[in-house]
Amino acid sequence: MIIKGKVHKFSDDINTDDIIAAKYLVSTDAQELGKHCMETISPDFSKAVSPGDIIVAGNNFGCGSSREHAPLAIKGCGVAAVIAKSFAAIFFRNAINIGLPFLESADVDKINNGDIIEIDLASGIIKNITQDKNYKTQAFPDFLQEIVQSGGLINWVKKCTKSR
Amino acid sequence: MSYTIAEKILLKHCAQKAIKPGEFIQANVDVALANDITAPLAIVEFKKSGFKQVFNKNKIVLVPDHFAPAKDLKSANQCKILANFAQEQGIRNYFEIGTMGIEHALLPEKGIVLPGDLVIGADSHTCTYGALGAYATGMGSTDLARAYIDGKCWLKVPATHKYIFKGKLSKWVGGKDLILYTIGQIGVDGALYKVMEFCGPVIEKLGMDDRFSMSNMAIEAGARAGIIAPDATTKKYVAGFKHKSKFYHSDPDANYEKVYEWDVTKLEPLVACPHLPSNVKPVSELKNIKVDQVVIGSCTNGRISDLRIAASLLKGKKVAQGVKLIVFPATQKIYLEAVREGLAEIFVKAGGVFSTPTCGPCLGGHMGILTDGEVAIATTNRNFLGRMGSPKSFVYLSNPAVAAASAITGKITHPKEIVIARSVATKQS
Repeated sequence: MIIKGKVHKFSDDINTDDIIAAKYLVSTDAQELGKHCMETISPDFSKAVSPGDIIVAGNNFGCGSSREHAPLAIKGCGVAAVIAKSFAAIFFRNAINIGLPFLESADVDKINNGDIIEIDLASGIIKNITQDKNYKTQAFPDFLQEIVQSGGLINWVKKCTKSR
Repeated sequence: MSYTIAEKILLKHCAQKAIKPGEFIQANVDVALANDITAPLAIVEFKKSGFKQVFNKNKIVLVPDHFAPAKDLKSANQCKILANFAQEQGIRNYFEIGTMGIEHALLPEKGIVLPGDLVIGADSHTCTYGALGAYATGMGSTDLARAYIDGKCWLKVPATHKYIFKGKLSKWVGGKDLILYTIGQIGVDGALYKVMEFCGPVIEKLGMDDRFSMSNMAIEAGARAGIIAPDATTKKYVAGFKHKSKFYHSDPDANYEKVYEWDVTKLEPLVACPHLPSNVKPVSELKNIKVDQVVIGSCTNGRISDLRIAASLLKGKKVAQGVKLIVFPATQKIYLEAVREGLAEIFVKAGGVFSTPTCGPCLGGHMGILTDGEVAIATTNRNFLGRMGSPKSFVYLSNPAVAAASAITGKITHPKEIVIARSVATKQS
């Protein structure tokens, strides 16, 4: 799968309250949540996103609460993928489970806000079209790829249950 | 093969004969917990999956505690989804208001989580139960939906970091200060994807309430779990339950990725300043920080010993003019104890409010939202930007003694100053 879009850059330790404030957790609808994505730290973020855009952030992205509403809000506002130096553990598994594409990359600092980048999820290559540079990332372990290829955790479980 | 407590519990709950950090396992879950924010999503996913019956109705726990008692129509709808699902599936461990308490205080109190259990919860502070010697970890709603289907969860076995606390704690210093100290030392991702194991002579002397405070905030360092080895204190706590506790201990030659050793004798009460739990300073370094609101409670510090400490300072005192004091005991049992012991009266006479159990104020849900420019000191666990309301408000985190002392003076205060002032006043009178 190839994803191409404009970069929205964020710092270290972006927490789940930043991504979606608790007052909006009275909804489970991704589109509705998406309207308020990153509102606390970047009030016009959801309006600035075009479908296919990519969030690029520092360490510990998604730290804080277990709210799956966070990756849902990111998906719901049109962001197609997240690249970070590292992800908080619960956000990491939520993103895998709901099928939000993401990559861990040590080269985040080389990518600028507004750059156009292209991600090849299968190979883990990030192509920075604006800067004409390529960055390599490590592919996910087999088990996690299996979940992603099944289209999320529930589909994976259904497949396993059937094959039993 | 030698194992840590965490590895022993995980091994007991999976099909593998041996495990090591980094490996993926499908683990059998003893308790699957969700609340009024996370359960609705889990229930939607479960229903979409086409499965009709949950794997085991006795292992599922539903606690509407975040926006309950329902703060508005949308919250009422969310809570109703839990009530309906519980009824439809015959889930007994559903706690309607009146029996509801803050989940991470309620489950240990009821003996629903026990030493040796593998607990998953769609709430990041599920790690609280590590204080009992359980492997307890926060996950998302889809993980819960999966557990509803087949009783399992996927886990990557984490490596363990060991934290040894030596020395003797000063008065007014407790479990909350130990965990704030730890997070201040290692940072908010200092234990990212690790298990934290807390041990040493200081931990052995801590009561259960202080242990719960510590394990509760392991997530604030990025950890998957925060475990304390079960001992006589743990066994006494769970003795009354008709239980199947299993007491695991790390092997003497178990493998730790990192070992920290700290002498905490000189530690004074600590405060995490805005806007990260790792931004920790000794209370004596914070001069003239005025507070508008003081919040005492939550899954971190809403237990009876927390309320007793706060009341010991507030007894016979008044909250400073213009300061809003909100005390919220974590469960109905704690609430009643506080009433019986006269603590509730102390809080009310001091000019505070004494609330029904709810997560409300901690996450900026309801019952004490901050507006622009307001400053709060809270015994809760997170002080992220906008956590308790306005993105232009400020949250400081502390133990209950510092919070109570600050309510009296109206600025962040070391509890010893209240006691000194009181003894001077007594001598003069």
